[in-house]
Amino acid sequence: MADLTAAPVSPEARTQERDEARPVRFRGGGFLPRPRRFVGLAVFLVLIVLWEIGSRTGVISALVLPAPSEAWEAFTDLAASGNLQKHVSASLQRLALGFTAGTLLGLIVGTAVGLSSLARAAIAPLVSAIFPIPKIALLPLFIIWFGIGEGSKVATILFGCFFPTVIATYGGIDSVDRALIRMGQSFGLSRWHIIRKIVLPAALPAILSGMRISASISIILLVAAEMIGAEYGIGAYVLLAGNLMSTDQLIAGVAMLSILGLTVNFLITRAERHFLSWRN
Amino acid sequence: MDLRVDRLSHLYDRLEVLRDIDLEIRAGEIVCVIGPSGCGKSTLLRMLGGLEQPTSGQVLQVGEPPAGSLNPLTYVFQDFALLPWRTVEGNVSLVLEGHGLSAAEKEERIADVLDRTRLSDFRRAVPKQLSGGMKQRVAIARALSVNPAVLLMDEPLSALDSQTRELLMDDLIDLWDRERFTSCYITHNLAEAVRLGHKVVVLSRRPGMIRDIVEIDMPLKDRSLSNPRIGEIQQQLWTMMRDEAKAADHELADG
Repeated sequence: MADLTAAPVSPEARTQERDEARPVRFRGGGFLPRPRRFVGLAVFLVLIVLWEIGSRTGVISALVLPAPSEAWEAFTDLAASGNLQKHVSASLQRLALGFTAGTLLGLIVGTAVGLSSLARAAIAPLVSAIFPIPKIALLPLFIIWFGIGEGSKVATILFGCFFPTVIATYGGIDSVDRALIRMGQSFGLSRWHIIRKIVLPAALPAILSGMRISASISIILLVAAEMIGAEYGIGAYVLLAGNLMSTDQLIAGVAMLSILGLTVNFLITRAERHFLSWRN
Repeated sequence: MDLRVDRLSHLYDRLEVLRDIDLEIRAGEIVCVIGPSGCGKSTLLRMLGGLEQPTSGQVLQVGEPPAGSLNPLTYVFQDFALLPWRTVEGNVSLVLEGHGLSAAEKEERIADVLDRTRLSDFRRAVPKQLSGGMKQRVAIARALSVNPAVLLMDEPLSALDSQTRELLMDDLIDLWDRERFTSCYITHNLAEAVRLGHKVVVLSRRPGMIRDIVEIDMPLKDRSLSNPRIGEIQQQLWTMMRDEAKAADHELADG
């Protein structure tokens, strides 16, 4: 402003006048997660390669940990024997049945708890009381109730999925924007209409993140349940390998479980991207 | 259809918010209600549409709503209340579903209101992509789609910046010129009240009572900010409200 009226000053004189000029240091940015696509994969590969090198040079004793190549061999043996398919399909069947039934029941009960104060008063304390019990501890009971066959295994997974789903669902319903519900009421929409078209879609993000948790829980429980009296199943395979101290098979089985978990996670991420695309 | 408020009073527990409100909203007129914050104007609006029940007195519908009206008393909210997962047309269609309309009828209504609010190009956009002004246009389109008898507007422009507010106010004036809708319009903004109201109801601070009803018999089209009479009325309203607003401002929230 002052420059407008004052006599023109040469640039050099001006810099001298105001000490030295330096740019303002940038200090924003940071903390924003950016996608780094191949880093995770690279870490995996590097670890496996290091492990393999360690085993081959004898740094890692074969007794302590078999080489990845040995585990891979155990895996191809399993595939060649035709048992791989039996183990995997038995496990997938239990997982699918238990997870689906547990999630569906959890959704129904969670919605009831979220919407009705009577259901909440009746069921919420019960859920809080039973949720922290490790379902593995109840496995003997399930065997008595549902038999040593598929029943008890599916029931274990079902119970494991049920409670986190109930909690996620009613938590999600609790946090639905009341303004949207009031809007639905102000347009005279029916209760069912409001639940189906406003409340449940708004609770969907919470429900899906609950599903992510219950999916991981169900894989843990799957193995636990298969360790008792299962002929086939990845858990049974791992247990047998452990009993025989054949650590290469054990690693192969554990890797299969890890891949199963990754796959389920991937599917849920896809579902989230599909159903929650409006968030981005 | 007219709306008549008959000796309405309301208490929250023992806190008196509204006292003896008598008011008439006639078909084809916009009634603006102004008052200091906390005077119960939003409560009054919720009672007009049946979202809340008054402690005493009543709200009466006089006459029949227009044919084809799915929801005679329809709100436009300050925070828009759009479903973020539905597109513009999906948000309009939400309130048409469950009324047994055929797909063709629904489509006709949607196309019609989007055209009237000049949103046709944004049919498939989701709310997140829209500016505040556009969101409120969608909410207005949604309200018009049910062919309401009375539009109950709860500070519809308060969440918008001042330029958007001007634009949307012009749109509302155009819309009224074309369709002569009936509305009760709650605001704390005197400029909106004098531009849009055929009647301006001034409420006192809590408990809200009607201090005065100012009728402005000037066509909405002619009311520009530079119009001296409009400025005069606004000044007059402000004088009326000033002390009330000051006193309300100094009150403790819990009374």
